[in-house]
Amino acid sequence: MSALITSSRISGAEIVKELAFFAVIALLMSVMILGVETVDRPTGLELAVRWDLVITAIISTIIGRLALIIRREHISRIGQAVLITVAAVAVFEMFVRFREMDDRWASPVFIDMAFGSVTSIVLAIAFIAIVFAIAYFSMKKVAAEEEESGSNLSAKIQLAYRTNTKKIGALGIVFFIIFPFLFGENRSAIDLATLVMIYIMLGWGLNIVVGLAGLLDLGYVAFYAVGAYSYALLSQHFDLSFWLCLPLAGIFAASFGIILGFPVLRLRGDYLAIVTLGFGEIIRVVLINWYDLTGGPDGISSIERPSFFGLAEFDRRLPEGVMGFNELFGLDYSTMHRLIFLYYLILVLALVTAFVTVRLRKLPIGRAWEALREDEIACRSLGINPTNTKLSAFAIGAMFGGFAGAFFATRQGFISPESFTFLESAVILAIVVLGGMGSQIGVVLAAIVMIGFPEMFRELAEYRMLIFGAGMVAIMLWRPRGLLSFRDPTILLNMSKKEKVAGEVK
Amino acid sequence: MDWAYFLQQLINGLTLGAIYGLIAIGYTMVYGIIGMINFAHGEIYMLGAFHSLITFLICQAAGISGILPLTLLLMLFVSMVLTSIYGWGVERIAYRPLRGSFRLAALISAIGMSIFLQNFVQISQGARVKPMQPLIEGGITLMESPNFNVQLSYMQIVIIVLTFVLMVVFSTLIAKTSLGRAQRACEQDRTMAGLLGVNVDRTISTTFVMGAALAAVAGMMVTLYYGVIDFYIGFLAGVKAFTAAVLGGIGSLPGAMLGGLLIGLIEAFWSGYLTIEYKDVATFGILVLVLIFRPWGLLGKPEVEKV
Repeated sequence: MSALITSSRISGAEIVKELAFFAVIALLMSVMILGVETVDRPTGLELAVRWDLVITAIISTIIGRLALIIRREHISRIGQAVLITVAAVAVFEMFVRFREMDDRWASPVFIDMAFGSVTSIVLAIAFIAIVFAIAYFSMKKVAAEEEESGSNLSAKIQLAYRTNTKKIGALGIVFFIIFPFLFGENRSAIDLATLVMIYIMLGWGLNIVVGLAGLLDLGYVAFYAVGAYSYALLSQHFDLSFWLCLPLAGIFAASFGIILGFPVLRLRGDYLAIVTLGFGEIIRVVLINWYDLTGGPDGISSIERPSFFGLAEFDRRLPEGVMGFNELFGLDYSTMHRLIFLYYLILVLALVTAFVTVRLRKLPIGRAWEALREDEIACRSLGINPTNTKLSAFAIGAMFGGFAGAFFATRQGFISPESFTFLESAVILAIVVLGGMGSQIGVVLAAIVMIGFPEMFRELAEYRMLIFGAGMVAIMLWRPRGLLSFRDPTILLNMSKKEKVAGEVK
Repeated sequence: MDWAYFLQQLINGLTLGAIYGLIAIGYTMVYGIIGMINFAHGEIYMLGAFHSLITFLICQAAGISGILPLTLLLMLFVSMVLTSIYGWGVERIAYRPLRGSFRLAALISAIGMSIFLQNFVQISQGARVKPMQPLIEGGITLMESPNFNVQLSYMQIVIIVLTFVLMVVFSTLIAKTSLGRAQRACEQDRTMAGLLGVNVDRTISTTFVMGAALAAVAGMMVTLYYGVIDFYIGFLAGVKAFTAAVLGGIGSLPGAMLGGLLIGLIEAFWSGYLTIEYKDVATFGILVLVLIFRPWGLLGKPEVEKV
């Protein structure tokens, strides 16, 4: 211990004091919520005490804090790595204990693992080794960063990204196009890719509103819901086909955007946020309570699936005179055809969104959005009507939300207000911000991180959302400007784009 | 017009409004000082409710729940202290590192914090609704009419009085003490306040702690008043309290209280006379109307936009 802190600028007593302070904080924070469990009994609530969890919480806090101090004070690299590893083991321990609360006084799980079967020993060693390696090499990066700020890894990535945006984009599109050929028989992979694609499309749609026009919209899910319900209702009551409803759903959502936007878009950013949040909730409350139209909390089920552009159907049993998709192309029947078709459908929809955004950015309206985001007063002085400009961004963003909603309804075959909660809005906004506002590729990356990874870890069940929330905080702390950086206005005064890139990276 | 019914809705609305007002103060203070919506504040209120419930259960297990005043004071004290620490911790972890950064980053990390806290309580305390037995029973019958008796329960009196006392205490704190002066200075200009020797970090932390303490009181009152809590109560209460803060004029303490009372009254009258399902729609509808005609809120000062 003393060897570890010799090179530091902080005395041992100070460290102990700081650690003690955080230990007390951890104790006070966990003593009731973690330490005491309320158990339902027929006679009322009863208490069950869980001191082990409190102790684990305190110990992990101390270790974590110690690791932070060591990092902050630039104490030896191995020391840092060791402490981070121990902290990781403590967190793991707490995690496992939390899950298996029946046998709470058993010996620590990690020790059991280390002396258990061969596989568990290997697993334990691998776990330690991986964490240690990550900790050790990330320290190295920090040291290098101090010596020479220019060669820092993230800056390099950024520079590479910014100079090759088009190539990366094209590669991404190619990858997504050939994806079903790579995983053609894997049903869950296609499903997951479709889900991620929906969020990419929603992220791109919201990107127009938040990223380009700089309007903070916390109720984007409302437009998604409008799109989904308008398709479901139109197809059920008027028997319209998906291909007719898709544009209608977009138009409905856009009109909702205009109706909502007209009164509120003159408001300043945060007020806009709260009003859009309120609007999202209103839509949900109406969907729940307007039982005659929307089916209330039960939702709408057996929504019609899309046909192959009205030419053929995907169902196995077909009524007379209707052509099946497999007959049309002379293939054997497979349930995968529909899934792959749906995947390509959302891919095309998403690409349309991206393409329109890229083109709009070059039109006067797109320039006006970006200018408005940067400086509203200057825009007003130059004769741009801020309300109308914002309204157009809002409506176009809403329209793409509506398209995505219609697709969602037809893919699920069932919709209910449950799917359109505030959490969805928050997730979509998080995708835009995490990706780096205004950056199209950033949205793709963030959607994969936010939707793809949690879906893969479904077996974590209720811990998924806990980790999701913590992850959102952690990514924001790590990269406040998003995974890929902020998009600058498309044109800038007196500065070529390359200069700007170089200037910012430094 | 049935006056008895009207009076009853008025009492219910005021009680509800007092609770919203207490939460709204936390929003308005934090917004005033760092210009950010503290999205996790609703969750702080929920934690306050859980802390007071667990304190009560501990008192019950220790056999002192018979002494009502002692139990209530303990519940108040413990939930205020422990919840404040959560408020402090949330600021330290999720907001302070992002203070200088751009605004949306802090908002996203606040939303992340809110999701985290909600799920944390859901996992550690279970997803089921937690019942709480009524501690303060009985009331006064104010008015008797042939088909309806107007009741003012002791619980409602406690809520309104406690809210009033806390409002007076906190207004004095902000108007008279050096801490309050530091807070007002930071609200105006953080850099300048720092240059003049105000410890900005500490002042902001104190603001979060104060807001969390008031939210904890609101949480405790809801636990006692409604008798059921769960891990999800924070979201809607938080949104409504923020609405109240905006309605009253964000940054203004009396405004937050007024906004809270108005929201409470709107909700009570709407559910009393019209449909109970659409009471949230009414709240937000009124918010939109106020924002269109008076964007700075009822008691706020209009902001002058400068280049």
